[in-house]
Amino acid sequence: MLKVENLTARYGRAQILNGVSLELGGNEVVALLGRNGAGKSTTMKCIMGLVEQKTGVISYDGADLMRLPPHMICRAGIGYVPEERRIFPELTVAENLEVGRRPKRDGAPEWTLAHLFELFPNLAERQGNLGKQLSGGEQQMLTIARTLMGNPSAVLLDEPSEGIAPVIVEQMARVIAELKAEGLSVLISEQNLYFARAVADRAIIIEKGALRYEGSFADLDAHPEVSQQYLAV
Amino acid sequence: MGFYLAQLLTGLANASSLFLIACGLSIIFGVTRIVNFAHGSFYMVGAYLAYSLVTWMDGGIFGFWLSLLVAALIVGVLGLIVEVTILRRIYHAPELFQLVATFGVVLIVQDAALAIWGAEDLLGPRAPGLARAVRILGEPIPEYDLALIVIGPLVLGAIWLLFHRTRWGILVRAATQDREMVDALGVNQRWLFSAVFVLGSALAGLGGALQIPREAVSLQMDLSVIGEAFVVVVIGGMGSVSGAFVAAVLISVLNAFAILIFPQISIVLPFVVMAVVLIVRPYGLFGRPGSEAGGAEEPEQPLRLMSRRGAMVLAAFVLILAASPAVTGDFTSILLVDVMVAMLFAVSLHFMMGIGGMVSFGHAAYFGVGAYAAAMGMKYLGLSMLPAMALGPVAAAGAALLFGWFCVRLSGVYLAMLTLAAAQILWGVTYQWGEVTGGDDGILGIWPAGWASGDKAYFYLAMVLCVGGMFLLRRMAHSPFGYGLRGVRDSAVRAEAIGMDVKLHQWMGFTVAGAFAGLAGVVFVFSKGSVFPDVLGISQSVDGLIMVLLGGIHALAGPILGAGVFILIEDWVTRLDYWRVIFGGIILVVVLVAPDGVAGGVDRLLRAVGIRRGDAT
Ligand SMILES: Nc1ncnc2c1ncn2[C@@H]1O[C@H](COP(=O)(O)OP(=O)(O)OP(=O)(O)O)[C@@H](O)[C@H]1O
Ligand SMILES: [Mg+2]
Repeated sequence: MLKVENLTARYGRAQILNGVSLELGGNEVVALLGRNGAGKSTTMKCIMGLVEQKTGVISYDGADLMRLPPHMICRAGIGYVPEERRIFPELTVAENLEVGRRPKRDGAPEWTLAHLFELFPNLAERQGNLGKQLSGGEQQMLTIARTLMGNPSAVLLDEPSEGIAPVIVEQMARVIAELKAEGLSVLISEQNLYFARAVADRAIIIEKGALRYEGSFADLDAHPEVSQQYLAV
Repeated sequence: MGFYLAQLLTGLANASSLFLIACGLSIIFGVTRIVNFAHGSFYMVGAYLAYSLVTWMDGGIFGFWLSLLVAALIVGVLGLIVEVTILRRIYHAPELFQLVATFGVVLIVQDAALAIWGAEDLLGPRAPGLARAVRILGEPIPEYDLALIVIGPLVLGAIWLLFHRTRWGILVRAATQDREMVDALGVNQRWLFSAVFVLGSALAGLGGALQIPREAVSLQMDLSVIGEAFVVVVIGGMGSVSGAFVAAVLISVLNAFAILIFPQISIVLPFVVMAVVLIVRPYGLFGRPGSEAGGAEEPEQPLRLMSRRGAMVLAAFVLILAASPAVTGDFTSILLVDVMVAMLFAVSLHFMMGIGGMVSFGHAAYFGVGAYAAAMGMKYLGLSMLPAMALGPVAAAGAALLFGWFCVRLSGVYLAMLTLAAAQILWGVTYQWGEVTGGDDGILGIWPAGWASGDKAYFYLAMVLCVGGMFLLRRMAHSPFGYGLRGVRDSAVRAEAIGMDVKLHQWMGFTVAGAFAGLAGVVFVFSKGSVFPDVLGISQSVDGLIMVLLGGIHALAGPILGAGVFILIEDWVTRLDYWRVIFGGIILVVVLVAPDGVAGGVDRLLRAVGIRRGDAT
């Protein structure tokens, strides 16, 4: 289980997170919702060890992650799919996947190339293409596939539906369902409530770097003023 | 026809050696983002080691080539030691720290080589089996040159395979594009960086080792090669191996033919080509904008206006300085002039870097132009001292106006490299154009006018000019122009958004910094009575950087303190035999232990004893 308690973070002088707490249980899909600039990406970067100035507690299956460098957090079983995708533009699709490859880990599903190409048929055809030659949707698939090559047990997905065509968004929803079916835990940041509702088991809303709501989508629907206030709906 | 072919082949042979050095440098930069001055030292050590091994083994063809490989391997191990003990600690430090730290390594290696191999140039043996020349179209071509022409592309091919056919190579290429992402994907960068450094150093060592049948091994090899290697890396695109190959061929072949037309051009040509390429393609031939310099985001502290007490302390210092000739000897006055010149030079460099946010590796250019302009004004125009003195800063401002226009179009390491190119071009021209500049012999007999000619009289003149110059620069740092410059430094985007002309601001900042460096040069030339090309050289530029670093970049008083400390240390250690080791050691200690410099150290001390308050972050 991934546990974040009272997390604060800042970039230089700007305080971005003011005490975020959340939990991601085994084989659970949780949506992290919030407006532009709410601190969703920063939360994920903190978990991944990519933010220096932070306080609080971050642990995974009981192991403290606060002081670990990103590669150790990855090796602990957490996969990270950044919002900007950050594929390697001058590497081919196959090479991009190779960078993500890690040995199988106990208690996590193992992803083979064949399985990934089944999940992302477009990538199979484009293995020899450079990362920068892919379309936005293909890049999004590649970045997820690259992370899965590390055989993680939990995945942080930062706004996977952002800026891609509606068909691909649908495909993305199927991919997330498949990840859950394989036994992964997924923390997915979103602005799009409809997409989040379709893929996630429950919701967390943050605003200005602090927790505003935590609960089921049913409860959220019963209190429309909450989403009204904190989400761009 | 045969003659031109011979010329081409010589060019290609040179290209091979140049490529070996440059590609190591480029690989290291691509992954670690370190501008590694010590790369030239690895090249030199490779040559020395190969010399020792070849003469010791004396084992025919096999022994010769084995010696070269072993030399390269040992240099690789040396690289590992440098990476683990020094560079690993400063990957996130600003470029200035990295540069100065690697320069500290240069100094230490120079003295180590001096201690081991002595000051004499060593003439290596010819390569067994390749000692003769073959005739091609009637022209004699050394067999060894032909071997080199083959070795260059072979190494390129081997590196290509390594980078495209092994997991390690793919990781290295990925890291040159986005090292943080590579980290987040579970790759321990420490080992990646170390391994890359070993590879790059070994290639430099191999480049040096391969030179021994062609040129004498000497203690000057390090700095003489590093400038050209930088040029090749920048032209090719930092981090690109094939770019380095193309650039090495381009430079060497151009050079081989250009010297037929204009024999003096060889020193200047590479830098001219680099300047042209950077202006047309700001990231080099094969470079990508994405591989922008990864210098650190240093937490910027706002400059504090000096407190009343601080101003009083400063005024007291100036008074003590003014009174010093009354109580000390002439010797001290002369030393104090050196100190003041260094201070003004450092403050002008700090204005450009600390306030303007532009790192310069070639600030000596403007110091030197100031010095030469004054000297030439006296010599050729028959000016008296004061008009000649006035000419210096004006000429330096002119040079800064010209070069600055090109430089401010770039940023980060590329800007720094272009400043280096500018300085090297000026140095090369000065060195080669003997009829006008006196070349290596310099210009002599530039003494102050009668009324300022005593050591004490000149001390006061120097004090007025230097202290006045520093005061003016300080005022400018706190003027609207200075605030504008800092705004541009902190966020060019934001400055642009509120309607500031970013490039114009930087250009003017560059010019102001150049003018005051020129003033320092003027005071310098009249205190020495002569000027030589080395006032424009890399060492002079690096001295300025060391002063700024010693003092601490964040405080306005930093460069003043740093320059003072620098000159006093220099005055003390250069009397010793192995002063470079001591000096290099001091630099490394400062970089590794007190990264906020002497001013920062003093500041912390004051805070610790409670004299100065403020949050200690
Ligand atoms: N590297 C950085 N330096 C300084 N401030 C930053 C940095 N990255 C993000 N911020 C600021 O932190 C705040 C939170 O950003 P964050 O990216 O976490 O928000 P988000 O919830 O992911 O928003 P979005 O939906 O736009 O992705 C924003 O105000 C942003 O401007
Ligand atoms: Mg975000």
